Amino acid sequence: MQEILSTIDTGTIEWSRAQFALTAIYHWLFVPLTLGLAVIMGIMETCYYRTKNVFWRDVTKFWQKLFGINFAMGVATGIILEFEFGTNWSNYSWFVGDIFGAPLAIEGIVAFFMESTFVAVMFFGWKKVSAGFHLAATWLTGLGATISAWWILVANAWMQNPVGCEFNPDTMRNEMVSFADVALSPFAVDKFCHTVISAWIIGAVFTVAVSGWYLMKRREIPLAKASMKIGAIVGIVAAMGAAITGHHSAYSVAQVQPMKLAAMEALYNGGTDQSLTGIALINPFEQPDYANQEEPELKIAVPYALSFLATNDLHGYVPGINDIIKGGYTNADGEVEPSLEEKIERGQLAINALAAYRQAKKDGADEATLTSYLSTLSSNMKYFGYGYIRSVDQVVPFIPINFYAFRMMVGMGCLLILFFAVILFFVYRKDIARAPKWLYLSALAMILLSYIASECGWLVAEFGRQPWTIQDMLPTWVSVSHLQSSSVMITFFIFLALFTTLLAVELSILVKQIKKGPEYEAQV
Amino acid sequence: MTYEFLQQYWWFLVSLLGALLVFLMFVQGANSLVWSLGATETERRLIVNSTGRKWEFTFTTLVTFGGAFFASFPLFYSTSFGGAYWLWMLILLSFVLQAVSYEFQNKLGNLLGARTFQLMLIINGFMGPLLLGGAVATFFEGSNFIVEKDKITDMASPVISQWANASHGLDALLNPWVLVLGVAVFFLARILGILYVINNVNDENIRSRTSGSLVWATICFLLLFVTYLVHLLLKDGYAYNADGLILVEPNKYLNNFLSMWYLLVVLLVGVILVLYGIIKEIVKGKSSNRKSIWPVGIGVVLTVLALLLCAGWNHTAYYPSTADLQSSLTIANSCSSEFTLRTMAIVSLLIPFVLAYIIVAWRKIDKKKLDKDEIVNDEAY
Repeated sequence: MQEILSTIDTGTIEWSRAQFALTAIYHWLFVPLTLGLAVIMGIMETCYYRTKNVFWRDVTKFWQKLFGINFAMGVATGIILEFEFGTNWSNYSWFVGDIFGAPLAIEGIVAFFMESTFVAVMFFGWKKVSAGFHLAATWLTGLGATISAWWILVANAWMQNPVGCEFNPDTMRNEMVSFADVALSPFAVDKFCHTVISAWIIGAVFTVAVSGWYLMKRREIPLAKASMKIGAIVGIVAAMGAAITGHHSAYSVAQVQPMKLAAMEALYNGGTDQSLTGIALINPFEQPDYANQEEPELKIAVPYALSFLATNDLHGYVPGINDIIKGGYTNADGEVEPSLEEKIERGQLAINALAAYRQAKKDGADEATLTSYLSTLSSNMKYFGYGYIRSVDQVVPFIPINFYAFRMMVGMGCLLILFFAVILFFVYRKDIARAPKWLYLSALAMILLSYIASECGWLVAEFGRQPWTIQDMLPTWVSVSHLQSSSVMITFFIFLALFTTLLAVELSILVKQIKKGPEYEAQV
Repeated sequence: MTYEFLQQYWWFLVSLLGALLVFLMFVQGANSLVWSLGATETERRLIVNSTGRKWEFTFTTLVTFGGAFFASFPLFYSTSFGGAYWLWMLILLSFVLQAVSYEFQNKLGNLLGARTFQLMLIINGFMGPLLLGGAVATFFEGSNFIVEKDKITDMASPVISQWANASHGLDALLNPWVLVLGVAVFFLARILGILYVINNVNDENIRSRTSGSLVWATICFLLLFVTYLVHLLLKDGYAYNADGLILVEPNKYLNNFLSMWYLLVVLLVGVILVLYGIIKEIVKGKSSNRKSIWPVGIGVVLTVLALLLCAGWNHTAYYPSTADLQSSLTIANSCSSEFTLRTMAIVSLLIPFVLAYIIVAWRKIDKKKLDKDEIVNDEAY
């Protein structure tokens, strides 16, 4: 990369990536709890609305307090994320802004206003609006957050699978040609379902863990029992839903991002009848020698499972990293996949044809010359982004992060199904208020583990996409803003210090609020 | 709907969002006065809780303003945000501080203390309007950037928008006219904040402290705003012809107001409403009906709307480049494709529906004015 970029500081690229990753990781600490608690609060308030039992109102208010503390941090970190597309990825913002800007604008108009309007009613409107209006406000707050997730995930899915657009050589950017293809792409639908359902798990784990802590301390027992029941039901439904949608997501990845799947699996050499690696030994700190190694050491695998995951066929063909580099296999579109070398060559042809077209137009060249350049550009446009690549190694994501993050996410997901099943067993078959202490402690531990699983999901999604900001279209080093690395480094550390401090404050407030417990207006 | 109409329409929507944002900065204006209007901790909590029920609207309007700009004029988003990096980062940081300060400040276990979070609100109260006002001023004063779309094919340097100096936006704050408008917006936010508190908080002690602040903020605002308006009407601006060539035009903004007389009418109606509301509140004092925020608020929206439309309509470069005339951004050369603008125009039909439920919710929450009893006995920050 260094040899081709003479005016962009490579530090700017790395610090910009680090800053975006930092903001996204922090943002994703707060958003899933917001989405998950919104569902749980909604169910509790619906119980209040239907039964008129003030106990449910007190329970709802308690969880709303915790929701509010967390919500503020989600909002604070979210604003930075949106504007970072412009501040740190300005070239990206122009090159695909015609498509990418639309979901962000719709998110603001449709989702954020709904969220911000009704969240105020939810917190401060208990004595100011009717019970029905308040219930609607609580659900609409959650709906607003979920619609917001929809549009931001549409935007993210488009980066992974750019559809519904065409390149315009006269404006030098990609332009939207089908809104439906962008907004309703199967990749976006899978991503939304998997991400939002996994967020419900976080809300459920949090509810169960806090309730478990109360039961362990022998206090707030009615609230804890009621909350644990709702949390565990939401949790097990969501955990099983996440497994199903996870399979769909993996299938989508296999179709449009085979290199990501190969990195997730550390699949160096693919083929038919591929097994899914359960565990293997890979040095977590360096890229493995995939070109010369047959497969990772100490590999334990489930036969045929990867073929099924990637193709819905036990005997399906799954390309490995070396297969993708060499090409020559039949891809998901039924075409023979070119080698990476050929893609790079064709990408350079596209970029050179574009430059020649622009120059010829300035020089007033005749129509035939312009058409000839456009024809070359059009036939190679699919590989435009590869024109910026100088070596095939640049196209292989960092395997250890993808490999381990994927395993941690899936492993925790399975553990969560088991966890919620055990909780429900105690809720329905035993007395959850008298469950063994280890169950309550394991619920507390599950908070950390579920967050790790959730963040791992994002690590797989984003590290697996490297080096692309937009798959096959634009690598990170062409997407960045023209800034000094020192500027981005300073803002990185400002955000790191600020978000870490605020996270510490939030955790401290949450703990105090939980220790303080609910305020009952009802007799319990 | 022609492409040109869609460009005008989206500039109108972005300008409307900008105008609403300036009005909604009553939140920042009131927060900047927390320590002077509130003598006791309860009084300060009253002010914080009053703005705390509305801060999300300001925040959301800012985010939507950014999103709408991205969708409709992506070259501005790319050039201004990526170029004026530090200016935008400072604005964002101040809003991050604000976002958590309401929820955290009076909660048990807040490690930094209530005063720290009040200070954060005050910092946002000063920085938000000042810097956003300064950013708006660059629509007229220009910025130091170069745009070269052909750079996409330059392997060595593919970034199309570059800032022409190393300050990355801080240079704007060295331009005295940017500061004049920025400080004017700050005092305007204070006027709006005071009028909002008068309207929303039922506390005579706080109200008795507002009159002096209102007079001073009004004097400062009027001096700065009239100075800037005269400067604006007399200054040169950048126009573009049918081929997209950018040209310097003497008295461009004055010409715009004369050729788009309806904007001049909107501007004058806006200014009159602002003056009417402020003067009524000052003259009537405690016997006023406390509703001056509404004529002043509507006046502010109309005034800012007229100014922003004047910046972009009538073949005007709304983001002039002081480094390279032809790099200046116009609504024609920086907008999204016709397809995207048309699609987003359909989405924009939802805006009246959004405004309707905001009004319903706002009225329900504000039906009973905020008082000390509610702070002590009800849900409150």
